[in-house]
Amino acid sequence: MDSILYFLIGFFIMSGIYSVFSVGLNIHWGHTGLFNIGIASFFLLGSYTAAIISSPPPSLEKYEEYIWGGNLSQLSVLGIDIWFPIILLLSAIICILVAIPLAIITIRLKEDYLALVTLGLAETLRIIFVNETWLANGTRGLYSIPRPFDFIDRGNYDYIYFVVVMITLLFVYFIAEKATNSPWGRVLRGIRDNENTMISSGKNVLRFKVEAFAFGAGIMGIGGALFTHGKRFIDPITFEPMLATFIIWSMLMVGGSGNNRGAVFGAFLMWGIWTFTQFLPGFLSDANLRFVFVGMIIILFQLYKPNGVIPAK
Amino acid sequence: MKYFDIIFENKTILLLFWIILILSLMKPWLFVNGILIGSLYALGSIGLSLIYGNLKFANMAHGDFMTLSSYVALALLLFFFPNSEQSPSVGPFTFKYELLIIIPIAVVLIGFLAVLFDKLIYKKLRDLGAAPAAIALTSLGLAVGLRGLIQFIWGTDSTSFPRESKLFWDLPFKVKIPPDMFFCAIVAFIIAIAFYFVLFKTKLGKAIRATSDNPDLARITGINTEKIILYIWFIGGILAATSGILISVQQAIITPVMGWKILIPLFAAVIVGGIGNPIGALMGGLLIGITGELATGWINPSYKPAVYFLVLLIVLLLRPNGILGSKGRQF
Repeated sequence: MDSILYFLIGFFIMSGIYSVFSVGLNIHWGHTGLFNIGIASFFLLGSYTAAIISSPPPSLEKYEEYIWGGNLSQLSVLGIDIWFPIILLLSAIICILVAIPLAIITIRLKEDYLALVTLGLAETLRIIFVNETWLANGTRGLYSIPRPFDFIDRGNYDYIYFVVVMITLLFVYFIAEKATNSPWGRVLRGIRDNENTMISSGKNVLRFKVEAFAFGAGIMGIGGALFTHGKRFIDPITFEPMLATFIIWSMLMVGGSGNNRGAVFGAFLMWGIWTFTQFLPGFLSDANLRFVFVGMIIILFQLYKPNGVIPAK
Repeated sequence: MKYFDIIFENKTILLLFWIILILSLMKPWLFVNGILIGSLYALGSIGLSLIYGNLKFANMAHGDFMTLSSYVALALLLFFFPNSEQSPSVGPFTFKYELLIIIPIAVVLIGFLAVLFDKLIYKKLRDLGAAPAAIALTSLGLAVGLRGLIQFIWGTDSTSFPRESKLFWDLPFKVKIPPDMFFCAIVAFIIAIAFYFVLFKTKLGKAIRATSDNPDLARITGINTEKIILYIWFIGGILAATSGILISVQQAIITPVMGWKILIPLFAAVIVGGIGNPIGALMGGLLIGITGELATGWINPSYKPAVYFLVLLIVLLLRPNGILGSKGRQF
């Protein structure tokens, strides 16, 4: 019984992390109509930023090869790990710094170009982290990444991390709701539905799009950092497009784009399907059938229910 | 020759061309390799550009169509000729005679499959009036699904067509190429020329160009644009399939991810050439192939995808309509 509960907690942790990505993608696609198929690039940047800054400097005993470890995880005030929110913030900032120039180059062009550039960036970043072993230990990856609040209960750490993830998710959700219900968010939806109307009402459309892209990328960076401290191991294979991009798209499609509640719901539903289909008998549990399933979800929802299960108001 | 005027107008682009020229003179064998590989990229990007220009969306499933065609060809080959491993290979090339019989069958099959997907998916989206990005997203779903299906049926391990090792050709200037590469490039150019003949010299080609230019006007003049779109998918599928099979013959390996990896160079080629410009796509493919190969002379070859990405970024910065594209905004 205990092991089942522990498994479920692990499932909720991953669902919560994917919900953060889904909310971030929702800012891009659901609210602004930005076609980003390189979620993996912000996932990777957020994850590696968090891992490198929080880990201790490389030492000979561990044979770890990376350029620098921030060792920020030693920073705690009155027994509270205040380094964790700082890491989340730094991961978000790095993603935003990468997103802004990228957006400025491509967003003024055809909308598909953003997709191609984000796709290329994800692939390029992964190759860089594979080849430059001095940067972050190459394909061997970074491991034993520090975890926040682990002094409370090391044995049953997942329960604590579950709370950490849920609080972060609530925080991200709250910010996303606030932003998208503000006048700023209304302009974004206006751009999505009819760009020319927004131009004619005097809005600087390019600027709003860049802001939205940076905002969503920042949220994805937070998701990446959450993932790192949950898994405690990252390597370039973690950021293959299937689990780092496509599944997040299917989550948003199921839940309903343009609606933050839908994004969270879709993340839990799709991750549930992804996790629990591995217990199906025979060939049904084949991981590749899940690929087919994710692809079909995207196609079928685009064809028959483009607004998802929980449509936007 | 109007294409080349554009190159000389923009000083930055002229500078880049000079750099490529000088690098080619320094290591001519890479330049030759680049042209041979680029011709295959060109074949893929002509098909991609045709679909992009006519249906106005980025077809993310193009690469996975190429992968699928290789696997279908391999499956057909093993089904009809189970003993092809023992049979003799063609002249100086590594592949067997049977493959030459199988390729046209597989290619036509993939062409019909592309038409089928249009009837099942894209036709409905067109009727719904979906935005280009939504159609591109659907094609992304198709790409993911196709790759999953390929991995489910044939496994995730790499494989290859039955082959026999052969000597490389030693040519002057340190040019050392496998004969297969030469064969594939020749076939690619023949197919490309055949495609241009259809596009510019036949009635069907005229109708395709008219539909691409202005679908409404084409419909008024009595062209059945829905039928033309099916032809476009068929031709696009054929070009993707030929390019996919030739690439796996040339690289002597078939992997489930090869199509996805090739998307970036293909799209870079399409954008360099100007979307919907078939001759531009050919030039773009050659340019991308040459740039990628030249880069391997100085930097780690595993960074080739990063080089393609860099070319894509530079083109988007300098001339988003493509170096060889029309001057105005097309779409």
